[in-house]
Amino acid sequence: MSVLVLAEHSHGKVLPATLTTVAAATKLGGDVHVLVAGADCKPAAEAAAKIAGVAKVLLADDARYAEPLAEPYAALIVSLAESYAAVLAASTTFGKNVLPRAAALLDVAQISDIVAVVGPDTFVRPIYAGNALATVKSTDAIKVITVRGTGFEPVKAEGGSAAIENATSADDPGLSKFVSRQESKTERPELTAARVIVSGGRGMGSGDNFKLIEAVADKLGAAVGASRAAVDAGFVPNDLQVGQTGKIVAPELYLAVGISGAIQHLAGMKDSKVIAAINKDEEAPIFQVADYGLVADLFQALPELAAELSK
Amino acid sequence: MKVLVAVKRVVDFNVKVRVKADGTGVDTANVKFSMNPFDEIAVEEALRLKESGKATEVVAVSLGVQQCQETIRTALAMGADRGIHVQTDEELQPLAVAKLLKAIADKEQPQLIIVGKQAIDDDSNQTGQMLAALLGWPQGTFASKLVINGDRAEVTREIDGGLETVSLAMPALVTTDLRLNEPRYASLPNIMKAKKKPIEATTPADLGVDVKPRLILVKVEEPAKRKSGVKVKTVAELVDKLKNEAKVIP
Ligand SMILES: Cc1cc2nc3c(=O)[nH]c(=O)nc-3n(C[C@H](O)[C@H](O)[C@H](O)COP(=O)(O)OP(=O)(O)OC[C@H]3O[C@@H](n4cnc5c(N)ncnc54)[C@H](O)[C@@H]3O)c2cc1C
Ligand SMILES: Nc1ncnc2c1ncn2[C@@H]1O[C@H](COP(=O)(O)O)[C@@H](O)[C@H]1O
Repeated sequence: MSVLVLAEHSHGKVLPATLTTVAAATKLGGDVHVLVAGADCKPAAEAAAKIAGVAKVLLADDARYAEPLAEPYAALIVSLAESYAAVLAASTTFGKNVLPRAAALLDVAQISDIVAVVGPDTFVRPIYAGNALATVKSTDAIKVITVRGTGFEPVKAEGGSAAIENATSADDPGLSKFVSRQESKTERPELTAARVIVSGGRGMGSGDNFKLIEAVADKLGAAVGASRAAVDAGFVPNDLQVGQTGKIVAPELYLAVGISGAIQHLAGMKDSKVIAAINKDEEAPIFQVADYGLVADLFQALPELAAELSK
Repeated sequence: MKVLVAVKRVVDFNVKVRVKADGTGVDTANVKFSMNPFDEIAVEEALRLKESGKATEVVAVSLGVQQCQETIRTALAMGADRGIHVQTDEELQPLAVAKLLKAIADKEQPQLIIVGKQAIDDDSNQTGQMLAALLGWPQGTFASKLVINGDRAEVTREIDGGLETVSLAMPALVTTDLRLNEPRYASLPNIMKAKKKPIEATTPADLGVDVKPRLILVKVEEPAKRKSGVKVKTVAELVDKLKNEAKVIP
């Protein structure tokens, strides 16, 4: 039996999170089909058709899917799911919003945030802020799964040549309306796709001081991240939060500045390849996970770092 | 308008849990339990709706072992009017919780249900969405702002790329994110008052819900530990290490 991946796309492009989700789907066995829903989203379907390992693309091109509202999207998934062994989406705010709703309508459990596929019905997922890894076996006929991006190597965006088929739209329950979106504008790479991340915490003291982080990030082509405390204090927008209840990242290099290293923050970054930390408190727990730790005042260290990187 | 909030008893967020040696779970003996932090935010939001005259009653529901009553008491001490405890020693997974909460909602007929976006023990982030589905209600997940406008709820949501606002036809379900509000502490007089507030007890059988787990726990393991690192003395040394030892910057 085939498996279905709910794609995430924007401006005609499929997002990187979909490539890691397809990677997980491939491990389940069976053909991988990708559902591209949206309005005027043919270009995204064409992009999805090129993803390596995808056998078919289902295109639901309809005004009712113009905005990613959970109610019509879940209805669409339910209308298609019966002929699939599994339905997968990325553990993004989009996937996490839509998929559990579809699972409940199908009367099946959802396996959230998997980081490994053990077999077609058995998966590994972190619990307790990543302090434990649970292996769970699903007894449901349809496995509904969200995929944590850091657990899988993305498949190639090119190389496939899947057929595109039109999917019939499902009834929109009409319960919700999209009002507005406030997109954070940034020239920098997206956090979950970045090779290098420089994150600031409460120690930064103000939003203005994040300029010091940005100067270093610019030199490294890095994304900027933050702790919850920095977001709560209004230094930076919410979508920069790294951690158990924010974004989960695993870049080549994660530089934590003025971040103490609470369990909830570590949950979001401790699978990074290399971790470096700057903190003035040598007892800060962040040093327990850091490959390289510098005990220093960040207001001195960050400008020095930016200068050193320009050499 | 009646508001229902779900409050889960979880291992306190400050506790670093240990995996049991036999791999059957995590050790929760002699560990501090508290209300799930996102549920404190849910209770606070409901109370603010009551204080602003939009809500008339706040009902706190918890599901699970006997000690969940303490979690309900906490909600009552914050200001909720009454509690409902669905008592069971069985493991409750999100789909079962959603079905039980639906059965309660069918009886109580709230106009609004607020739950946390995520329980910090199982980290599922499912229950609210599932409950909305079962009720046939719209959902406003990961809320950082909630405005009730007549028969619609305007919810601003924390999404990966920023913020999004949706308008939901009531009755509706909202799940809380961290920035929705800052929950209050219960004052001593309110803790005393809470002791007299009623908690109704019921069971999955009373509610006619099959709570059999759909996911079987095979084993629980500790994640791989990171190797301990080194301290560097200067910024120059840090850059040198990152360039020449770790080779993560050019
Ligand atoms: C339900 C729940 C969910 C949560 N989810 C998340 C999450 O997803 N992500 C997250 O990050 N947190 C999360 N938290 C919060 C977490 O528990 C911590 O409170 C938070 O991570 C602390 O942020 P911080 O390290 O920036 O601040 P603090 O812990 O206050 O640390 C600030 C650090 O900066 C250092 N410092 C100060 N000044 C300087 C200076 N001049 N130079 C150098 N160093 C300096 C200090 O030594 C200190 O170590 C969550 C909490 C709860 C309850
Ligand atoms: N046993 C429970 N008792 C009360 N509320 C619960 C329970 N399980 C889940 N919830 C609610 O559902 C939310 C999300 O939980 P979860 O889907 O498990 O991450 C929690 O924040 C609670 O509001």
